[in-house]
Amino acid sequence: MTTATESLPPPTSTTGPIAWVRERLFSSPLNAILTILSVWLILMSLPPFIEWALIKANFTAATSQECRAGGGACWAFIGVKYRLMLFGLYPYDEQWRPLIATVILIAMIVVSTIPRFWTVILLPIWVGGLIAVSVLMWGGVLGLRYVEDTLWGGLPLTLILSTFGIAIAFPFGVALALGRRSKMPAIKTLCVLYIELIRGVPLISMLFMSSVMLPLFLPEGFSIDKLLRAQIAIILFAAAYLAEVVRGGLQAIPKGQYEGADSLGLSYGHKMGFIILPQALKIVIPPLVSLFIAVFKDTSLVVIIGIYDLMQSTKVALTDPAWRGFSIEAYIFVSMIYFVFCYSMSKYSQNLEKRLATGHKR
Amino acid sequence: MVAPIIELQTVNKWYGEFHVLRNINLTVKKGERIVVCGPSGSGKSTMIRCINRLEEHQKGHIIVDGTELTNDLKNIDAIRREVGMVFQHFNLFPHLTVLENLTLGPIWVLKKPKAEAEATAMKYLNRVRIPEQASKYPGQLSGGQQQRVAIARSLCMNPKIMLFDEPTSALDPEMVKEVLDVMVGLAEEGGMTMICVTHEMGFARKVADRVIFMDRGEIIEQNTPNEFFSNPQNERTQLFLSQILH
Repeated sequence: MTTATESLPPPTSTTGPIAWVRERLFSSPLNAILTILSVWLILMSLPPFIEWALIKANFTAATSQECRAGGGACWAFIGVKYRLMLFGLYPYDEQWRPLIATVILIAMIVVSTIPRFWTVILLPIWVGGLIAVSVLMWGGVLGLRYVEDTLWGGLPLTLILSTFGIAIAFPFGVALALGRRSKMPAIKTLCVLYIELIRGVPLISMLFMSSVMLPLFLPEGFSIDKLLRAQIAIILFAAAYLAEVVRGGLQAIPKGQYEGADSLGLSYGHKMGFIILPQALKIVIPPLVSLFIAVFKDTSLVVIIGIYDLMQSTKVALTDPAWRGFSIEAYIFVSMIYFVFCYSMSKYSQNLEKRLATGHKR
Repeated sequence: MVAPIIELQTVNKWYGEFHVLRNINLTVKKGERIVVCGPSGSGKSTMIRCINRLEEHQKGHIIVDGTELTNDLKNIDAIRREVGMVFQHFNLFPHLTVLENLTLGPIWVLKKPKAEAEATAMKYLNRVRIPEQASKYPGQLSGGQQQRVAIARSLCMNPKIMLFDEPTSALDPEMVKEVLDVMVGLAEEGGMTMICVTHEMGFARKVADRVIFMDRGEIIEQNTPNEFFSNPQNERTQLFLSQILH
């Protein structure tokens, strides 16, 4: 247009890259300052990091002296030590077993995320998976050498603790949440007591108690495996938090939904299972996944009772006198592993939310 | 004399200190169509919600189809199976499709096979004139359509009694008629005992056998629609009618 009336400012372009930059990056003085600051920060930090991590980095060195000479990152360290970091103290020649166990665990999780499999078929898959993982890790049957679970470590251990921790804590937590909202005073009091007691105690002290105090209370000659005790502590701990998250969802469901179900004559189980819980759990997907991510990372606390999870195996790898001083590389490596798992959970939950949206509100 | 299908004997209920229902006596014959009206807060919704135990009464007796409502869960379940309810805010299940909303009760409460439940559901969806919406979610329907689905959902349970709790109050004005038409159709077909809390006086005139007026937790007056509208006895009834009939 060539004829603009005086009262109108000349039109500025509202599309294209220049308009985008103006609108998103320089829309106000504050915004402009923040943009410039961010660009400066990136320019300051990124090139040195790339130079360290890629350009000057050494991927193939055979000794630590050679590796250090370049002045960059020493990724060769990961190449030398990755098996110790991933599998801990598990016998070197048998490490194909935890590798397969890890693959099975990941496959189980992936299958469980696909809605097509959300039927009873998951039950045999999980029971079968549990048996397969146990046989592979412990051995002692099928000609496999027996490996004590004090030697387990690294990624498979982290995955076992968090996968079964979450999988068993979930139904337990839902039951606790329902119990806390129950009309029966005994059940309600029990659930409240449990939740508040567990939430009032740090996970570390739960692990300590399970490892040090529990054996004192058990009868003479009767002992529960250390790993199993840690697993139980994680389950008990996660369930209490889960219960509160789920309760938040239950409280968000309007009373009308309960009445609608009641007026049809649905039983308590059907009402909860078909009407209330599906809606309540959908609402709490974001905090639920946050909790899962937290549990996954919190499993690294088992180190304090002497279990070698992924984090602790990495520390062990760093103590080799022949390869001293590569902790940055090692921690970047394990951080990437943690990140891949946590980010996948986060992404999956976003997809799930989208898929389950059915135009809840008009 | 046919035995009454619903009997309320000196029913009383309190919300804390507030006395919502005072000595309610009501006898409903099988197949009778009753409209309950009254100012807001008069206890009319509470009264019909007591009939399927969504609210608990604290004194008196409620007997539905020969079964007395007590704390016995078996009796409550038995009565809820006989009594359908339509709510002001529909209370459809938003995470289930229309068809699933309709078949859930028949499949799990009445233990019908899925195919049969679906056939019944389609029959009633046809009856409320929205069979084409079967695979949609409630959130995709208009208010009037949702309420018709809710009516169909109740009918799928094959109830002897239908309770309507202000079924048109939450609807946009242009959608009231489509819901009332369905209700009139149901009433004119006969056989179904209906209790309807509503301010739709046209509906009351057209189909009700009896109109009940409630105020402050009491039944003040009950009469045939003709008498009720042309010759109200009580002062409070007259005041109420003058306020809603312009």
